[in-house]
Amino acid sequence: MTTSLVDDLGAALSPDRVRVGETELALYRRDASNLEGHAGAVCFPTTASEVQACVRVAVRHGRPFVARGAGTGLAGGATPLDDAILIVTTKMNRVLSVDPISRLAWVEPGVLNLDLTRAVTKHGLHFAPDPSSQQSCSIGGNVANNSGGPHCLADGVTTAHVIGLEVVLPDGEIVQLGGEEADAAGYDLRGAFVGSEGMCGIATKVCVRLTQNPPAVRTMLMDFASVEAGAQTVSAIIASGMVPAALEMMDQLCTRAVEEYIHAGLPVDAAAILLVEVAGLPNGVEADVQRIVEIGKAHGAGTVRIAQDEAERALLWKGRKNAFGAIARIKPNYYLHDTVVPRRRLPEVLKQVYEIVERHELLVMNVFHAGDGNLHPLLVFDKREPGVMDRVHAAGEEIVRVSVAAGGVLSGEHGIGLEKRDFMSLMFNAEDLDAQARLRRAFDTTGLANPNKVLPSPASCGDVQHVPEGAWI
Amino acid sequence: MDLTAFAGEVGEAGPVTISGMATRGGPVPGVRAVQPPAGIEWIQADEMTMRCGAGTPVDDVDAALAEYGQCIALPPHGTVGGALSLGHSGIRRLGYGPERDVLLQACYISDRGHVVQAGGPTVKNVSGFDLCRLLVGARGTLGFIGDVILRTRPLPADSQWFTTEVDDPFPTFARLYRPTSVLWSGSRMWVLLEGHPADVAAQAEACSLTPCSGPPELPSGSRRVVAPSAVGSVAGTFIAEVGVGIVHHADPTPDLGPIESSVTNLARRIKAEFDPSGRLNPGVVVA
Repeated sequence: MTTSLVDDLGAALSPDRVRVGETELALYRRDASNLEGHAGAVCFPTTASEVQACVRVAVRHGRPFVARGAGTGLAGGATPLDDAILIVTTKMNRVLSVDPISRLAWVEPGVLNLDLTRAVTKHGLHFAPDPSSQQSCSIGGNVANNSGGPHCLADGVTTAHVIGLEVVLPDGEIVQLGGEEADAAGYDLRGAFVGSEGMCGIATKVCVRLTQNPPAVRTMLMDFASVEAGAQTVSAIIASGMVPAALEMMDQLCTRAVEEYIHAGLPVDAAAILLVEVAGLPNGVEADVQRIVEIGKAHGAGTVRIAQDEAERALLWKGRKNAFGAIARIKPNYYLHDTVVPRRRLPEVLKQVYEIVERHELLVMNVFHAGDGNLHPLLVFDKREPGVMDRVHAAGEEIVRVSVAAGGVLSGEHGIGLEKRDFMSLMFNAEDLDAQARLRRAFDTTGLANPNKVLPSPASCGDVQHVPEGAWI
Repeated sequence: MDLTAFAGEVGEAGPVTISGMATRGGPVPGVRAVQPPAGIEWIQADEMTMRCGAGTPVDDVDAALAEYGQCIALPPHGTVGGALSLGHSGIRRLGYGPERDVLLQACYISDRGHVVQAGGPTVKNVSGFDLCRLLVGARGTLGFIGDVILRTRPLPADSQWFTTEVDDPFPTFARLYRPTSVLWSGSRMWVLLEGHPADVAAQAEACSLTPCSGPPELPSGSRRVVAPSAVGSVAGTFIAEVGVGIVHHADPTPDLGPIESSVTNLARRIKAEFDPSGRLNPGVVVA
């Protein structure tokens, strides 16, 4: 760490917002994954020009820089490598304007996802993407990862809800990508930026589309004697022409852990439970509830519990959203995977996941966005057990491989980051990856914006490597 | 879909343009033209996805999907590739979303004649950079789309256009729950409501809307874009998409002056990376 770099950053912001103490650097060595790096300095800008100034200092010193929001990412996207300058946007947390008529808002990147929804609730609106971390994740992070959430089944992921961005490009230039105007002329640079995991610049303002709160919501829980029956119900609901607001599934081990944790009266003897939410206008909602219950029964659903009031609905969702807290009752450590498979392949892929995990003598809990085919196998273990990490590694890689082999994709919502960088060649050939590298080069002429994430180095193309060391929680 | 033959036609050198049904401007005149493959490869109704050649007519796709009770959020007529390459959504954009959200995966031919896959086959996917969105609206300047996987949507149980006379569309707009389309001429509005028949009827009644046979004819002088909140101050003869900000105007587009130069520079760098020799749809500038 050269003094002049710290001095330059201090002059660009103010010395108290540039941190270089080892204790503080240690706090920022990783995101919510356990992929660790080391930051050269941690900066807390409060304006776009301060972000610009940080970026310019980084470029002048030839030092990589990494944008970080709340640090809830699960793929190591915000892990600083090679003493990178970490540019943290948490102090840029103002909702700048809300247009309740056009249902748009301009916000700073550090605004927390749920805080945005809270700020617009009085207008009967919400921000649709709702990752499980929505109480603590930032809009800037949502943009970087193109985040999803249970309610993205009907309403789409972040890119469908971000229409404009102010971005500091890696060369320090400030540009506006997209905006309030729909289908404006020019390339969809906004679309290219969303999900680029901090490798195309740093968003300093975000124009989001807000969604009307539904007049009617019905939430129901169905239980099944087999995981297959639950998965087939999911496919049948979609095939019948309905797109529920959310369609989530939990297997037995997960249900039991959650029930012990929150006492919601969940059916702990069932092999799988489905949480289905339907939202919209009242007649459509009631008709859909009736059809979904019929489809569930036709596929062997045992009991069907329909939330009778908001309190019961909240309790059912609490079970889903706190599943990860509940697992601590089983084993002290977990590793959360994120892959997508075609819905019709869910039963067989889940079966393979159970087989893989059993072969590696691990435990798995499945709690996932079934409607999207978005699997979240949660490997639970005790890392003090000798050799367990190798088994977790191996099982994780096999799960990714069977998902892609079933016609699925590497990640549904967590992103690639460092975690899956070296798996990219399972899905893309050298030409495909080269095209992505071209996009990145057009945005980042310096090569300093969060380098070595997402895209495998050309040398490793076609040669899948293990997830980097330290990838485990 | 095997794109080897199409890639061979595009080749590795020399100016080349792509041609569909010429409903959205057609190929670049005087340049060797290629046509992408046509035909529906598969429809997976339970996945709400389908795969087809870029040369497939949008109307054929809609007809095939209707048998499964589904449709596609692309504006009618012309080819799928043409609709995506122009990137202009139809008048149902308010409810169905922009065209770019329809495209899940595209296999395109690069300037070097290679087949490149962008995106992936599932509705939910954040594996790598989003090249699909870059291709929508790129007018064939970054690569020629050969085949696509698209997201379909269920056909609504009921779908009805309504109309009413209003000087200000926003009070009615604010009262409607997720209408599919709201159009306004300055003195009259047209509303497309879809969903359960009883909900459609209840919304129409609450807003004093009268059923009508369909949307008005759209003026064809220009298609302008304004901020959604600026729709109320558009002058002249027009039909505006309320809540979206697209204005179909009787007059040609006024000269808006140069756009922000940094975006122009970024757009040039994109073109230079994807087609350094400028051989794809030469002369077409997207900025």
